[in-house]
Amino acid sequence: MEISTTKQFDLHRRMVRIRLFEEAAGRLAEANRLPGFLHLYVGEEAVASGVCGALNDDDHITSTHRGHGHLVAKGGDFNRMMAELMGKATGYCKGKGGSMHISDTSLGMLGANGIVGAGSPIAVGAAFANRYRGRGQVAVAFFGDGSTNIGAFHEAANMACALHLPIVFACENNEYGEFTPRHKTMAITDIVDRAAGYGMPGVIVDGMDVIAVHEAAVEAVERARQGGGPSLIEAKTYRYYNHHGIQNLGLKYRPDEEVATWKQRDPIFTFEDRMIENGVATREKVDEIWAELRQDIETAIQFADDSPYPTPDQIMVDVYTKSSTSNTTVGTKS
Amino acid sequence: MSDERKLSYGQAFNEAVSQMMEADPDVFCAGEDIGAFGGVFGTFLGLQAKFGEHRVVDTPISEQAIVGLGVGASVTGLRPIVDLMFMDFICVALDQIVNQAAKLKYMFGGEASLPMTITTAGGGGLSAAAQHSQSLEALLCHIPGLKVVMPSNPYDMKGLMISCIKDNNPTVMIKHKRLLGMSAVVPTEAYEIPLGKGNILRPGTDVTIVAYARMANEALIAAAELAKEGIECEIIDPRTLQPLDADLIVDSAKKTNRVVVVHEAVRFGGLGGEIASQIQELAFDYLDAPVTRIGAPFSPVPFSPALEQHYIPDAKTILAGVREIMQRNVIRG
Ligand SMILES: Cc1ncc(C[n+]2csc(CCOP(=O)(O)OP(=O)(O)O)c2C)c(N)n1
Ligand SMILES: [Mg+2]
Repeated sequence: MEISTTKQFDLHRRMVRIRLFEEAAGRLAEANRLPGFLHLYVGEEAVASGVCGALNDDDHITSTHRGHGHLVAKGGDFNRMMAELMGKATGYCKGKGGSMHISDTSLGMLGANGIVGAGSPIAVGAAFANRYRGRGQVAVAFFGDGSTNIGAFHEAANMACALHLPIVFACENNEYGEFTPRHKTMAITDIVDRAAGYGMPGVIVDGMDVIAVHEAAVEAVERARQGGGPSLIEAKTYRYYNHHGIQNLGLKYRPDEEVATWKQRDPIFTFEDRMIENGVATREKVDEIWAELRQDIETAIQFADDSPYPTPDQIMVDVYTKSSTSNTTVGTKS
Repeated sequence: MSDERKLSYGQAFNEAVSQMMEADPDVFCAGEDIGAFGGVFGTFLGLQAKFGEHRVVDTPISEQAIVGLGVGASVTGLRPIVDLMFMDFICVALDQIVNQAAKLKYMFGGEASLPMTITTAGGGGLSAAAQHSQSLEALLCHIPGLKVVMPSNPYDMKGLMISCIKDNNPTVMIKHKRLLGMSAVVPTEAYEIPLGKGNILRPGTDVTIVAYARMANEALIAAAELAKEGIECEIIDPRTLQPLDADLIVDSAKKTNRVVVVHEAVRFGGLGGEIASQIQELAFDYLDAPVTRIGAPFSPVPFSPALEQHYIPDAKTILAGVREIMQRNVIRG
C-alpha cells in the first residue's frame, strides 16, 4: 500500500500531538495539579494514530480508561482536553467527566470509559445506527488485551458478526491489565485468536509501527464500509508508564529492561528516522513540527489555568435531557 | 503492648482475611490484581505470599465470572472471598449477585448454602468521577438473601469481616476508599461483631444521628462541634445495613425524639428513606420533628473537586441538618 507523503505527515502529527499532550499531563499530575486518576497512552501512539488516520471525521470510535490518545487522534482540541483534566468548566465535559470520561461526540468520539469492556457494545450500537441510516460511516472499538476477558467484549464481538455490522475491533495489546501480566489471565498469547470464534477476520500488527497499523486499519475500515462486516486488529504495543500515574521504572510487576527494550522501538522516533531516511522529511522539518505543537500545549495549559471551575449549581445540570427531541409523534389514548 | 496495637482500616481487613484463612482451609480469595500485587488498595498485601497462588487467585477482568466463581464454589462447599475492586463494578456482576447468589438457597427449598463474601470498595471523595465513586448499597439492601456491611472504623472492620467470612450466607463487605488509611487500636486475636448489630458511637440526649461508613466519622466531627453549642448528639452506626438494627435506632429515637439520617449515597431511594420509615412506624408518637435525611443530590458523582466537594455530605452538612431539626417542634395536644 502506498502511503502518501501528506498521510505520513498526518500520522506523524497525530502521534506527536498525543505524546506531547500525555507528557504534559504527566508533568501536571506530578505537580499535583490534576485531580483523579490518569492513565497515560505514551508508547501506544501508533495505534490510535494509525487507526484514526484511516477514519473520516464522521466515523465513530469508542475508547477506554486510557482514552486521551484516542481523542487526540480523532482531532481532539488540546484546550478543552486540558481544561477537562483540571476539572474546569471550559473542559470537554464541563468538569464533570475528567480524564476517564473525556469525549467529543461532535468528533464521533463516544467517550473514554471507566468500565473495562464497556466501550465495545457501544461501538456495536454506533455501527448499527450507521448502517441503519445508510451514510457509510463505520465504528471502531478501541480496547485493551485485558478487556477481552470480560463478557461485554464477547457479546459485542458476537453480535457485531451476527448482524454483520460495519465495525472494527482495535485491540491494544500492551501485555498487562493493570498490574497483572496478560499470561496470568488468559491461556492464549494472541488476542487475534478470538476473532475466528466469532467469524471475523483478524490480523496482528506491530503496534509500534504506525504504517503497519494504518495499512491494517485502512483494509478493515474499507471492508466495513463496503458491507464486508467486522474485523479485528491486534496491535502489539506497550505503555511506558505505570497503569496509572507517571512512574515508569522500578515497578514491581514488570522489569525495567522490558521498558527499555520497547522504548528502543519508539513509534514516533523510529517513524521519524524512516521518514528522513526515505527523504520524506528532514530533521529540521520534524523539529519544526514538535516546536509548533509544543506551543499548542503551552497555550492549552494556559487556557486551562485561566479557566474557571464549575460552580456548585452545575451539579444538577445535565442529569437528564430537557425535553423530548424525537420527531415521532406518539398518540395519547383517550 | 499488644492490646494497644494500631492497624489501619485496610490492614484490619487484611488481618481478618489472613486469620480466617489460617483457621479454615476452605477459605480462599479471588479477584483482580489481589495476588502478586496485593490489590489496588493494598488490602490483600502479603496474602498470596503467605497462602499460595491456589488460595489467593489473580483472576481475569471478569466480574461476572468472579462472583460466579464464588457462587459455584460456595454452593459446593468452599468459603470464598471474591473481590470486586470498585463498588461500581458490581453492576457488571449483578446477575450473579442478585439472581444467583441471593436466591439459590431459597429457590432450592433450602437445600443449598452459600457461605461467600463479596468484598468491594465504595464511596467518593477522590475525584474518581461517576463510575468509580458510587455508593450503591441501597441496591444490594433491597435484595432478600444478601447481607450488607459497611464499617466505619478499623475495629469494626476486623470484627465484621470475620463475621462475614463465617456467615453461611452471601455477604457484601463494602470498604470505604477514604477510610483505608484510618488508624485505630485493633485487638490481635480474631473476634466477631455480629451482623445486624449496630453500635452507639457516641451517646447523647438531644438528637440521634444515624450514619455509617465515612459519614459516621463526619457525624462525630459534627457532634463535637454541636456539643459546644449545648446540643448532645447520639450517633448510631448501624454497621450492617442488611439486616438493619432497627431496635437500636428506634430506642434512640424514643429517647432523643429527633433523628437525622446521613449517607453518602444519593438521597432519593437511599437507605435513609427506609430508616426514616421504620422510625415513623415504630416511634411516631415520640418524634418532635420529621426525620431529616441527608444524602447526595440526585445526580451522578461529578469529577471536578469544585463540584464533588459540594456533592458529598460532610460534617458541615450534618451540622446544618442538626441545627435545623433542633428548631422544629411538634406541639402536642
Ligand atoms: C469492569 C471493570 N473491572 C475492573 C476495572 C479496573 N481496571 C481499570 S483498567 C484495568 C486494566 C485494563 O486492562 P486492558 O484492557 O489491557 O487495558 P490497559 O490498561 O492495558 O490499556 C482494570 C482491571 C474497571 N475499570 N472496570
Ligand atoms: Mg492491557
